[in-house]
Amino acid sequence: MKPAAFDYACPDNLDEALALLAEKGEAARICAGGQSLGAMMNMRLANPAALIDIAGLAELKTIAVVDGAIEVGAAVTQAELLSWPELVDRQPLLAQALPWVGHYQTRQRGTVCGSLAHSDPSSELPLALALLRGEVILQSRKSRRVVGAADFQTGMMATALAADEMIVGARFPITKAGEASAFLEVAQRHGDFAIVAVAAIGDQQGARLGVGGVADTPGVIELGWPVNDTALNDFAWSLGGADDQHATARYRRELVRRLGRRALEEVHDALS
Amino acid sequence: MRYLKAGTRHTVRFVLNGREAEGEAEPRLLLSDFLRHQLGAFGTHVGCEHGSCGACTVRVDGKAVRSCLMYAAQVEGREVSTVESLATSDGLNELQAALQKHHGLQCGYCTPGILMSLSQLREEEPDADEARIRDVLSGHICRCTGYHGIVQAALEVFGKD
Repeated sequence: MKPAAFDYACPDNLDEALALLAEKGEAARICAGGQSLGAMMNMRLANPAALIDIAGLAELKTIAVVDGAIEVGAAVTQAELLSWPELVDRQPLLAQALPWVGHYQTRQRGTVCGSLAHSDPSSELPLALALLRGEVILQSRKSRRVVGAADFQTGMMATALAADEMIVGARFPITKAGEASAFLEVAQRHGDFAIVAVAAIGDQQGARLGVGGVADTPGVIELGWPVNDTALNDFAWSLGGADDQHATARYRRELVRRLGRRALEEVHDALS
Repeated sequence: MRYLKAGTRHTVRFVLNGREAEGEAEPRLLLSDFLRHQLGAFGTHVGCEHGSCGACTVRVDGKAVRSCLMYAAQVEGREVSTVESLATSDGLNELQAALQKHHGLQCGYCTPGILMSLSQLREEEPDADEARIRDVLSGHICRCTGYHGIVQAALEVFGKD
């Protein structure tokens, strides 16, 4: 349970980090909080030749509302976003989801963007980004592009990141007037990986429901009121979950139906 | 840019429990192993080594973090505190004494990490309630106590018993 040897780089600014990433390519990995990557390296599931530590870069440590979205820099920890005073007003869904991310201790190093880059199918922040139709900002030495959540997450722990690119920020749309949201999760213990996580956001016209932990990437559907059990059941089947050591596919479908209904009811109750 | 080559040792200077400390570490050396094997600070225990169990929790610049998910090189210039910092010349501090009183430990393997998490919580959220205390403790695995004594000890210290 010790990582293989690697070079450790601590760039002084983003330009240095991007130049080093361009030089090293796939042999290097960006490390911010290291709460997922570090564990994978200890288990030798990841063996980068070089680690580029961006945790100390002040230019990536910003939270700001830009063009209708909360823009979270790549060095912002989950704990820092959770304690951002404007969070509940700007996007309550994030305030509801973040306490489910890992533990008190891991949230103090783990970053919001790192969780998106890791792209675990059961993790909460990719689900929140997908539900809110947020975006990630990817930058390389040569280019900068903004990619929507659905295009960014390409599969289980797979993303659209090129070898010379890193996430420099994520954009979570702010809540609109007349919206309400809910986040629910079932795991073996609080802080464990979700067996199923659901997130919902809606207004008087209808709601969106997102599910993590079942398919390789978060699934999102749009639904009208009242909550329709047939639509929920079809959605549960469409996600195509499989049996694994944590739960059966059948149990996961049941959780999608039940937690999905409960989350939508919470949204509906909050609206009325 | 600070660039440390793999396979070679580099000096790491930091503050350990209020005192200047330094040691030699390869980039891949975990903070937990650095504390124990290079500096002889055996108070920090090592459990799962992938961030799940919480036994190795220490405080870096005041924040309780997994020392198995940090590298020695990452504490350069920072302040680290471990369970060794808690007891005073008068003996156990209030959290330690409460754990002893409420049988909040048996084998004691998880205890140093739990103490470091509760220390931060005590400083930052002195009004934490039982739900918050349990939330923070969920980051630690204890296989002896069933957590009840740990929660009771914390509630006493937080004035909620």
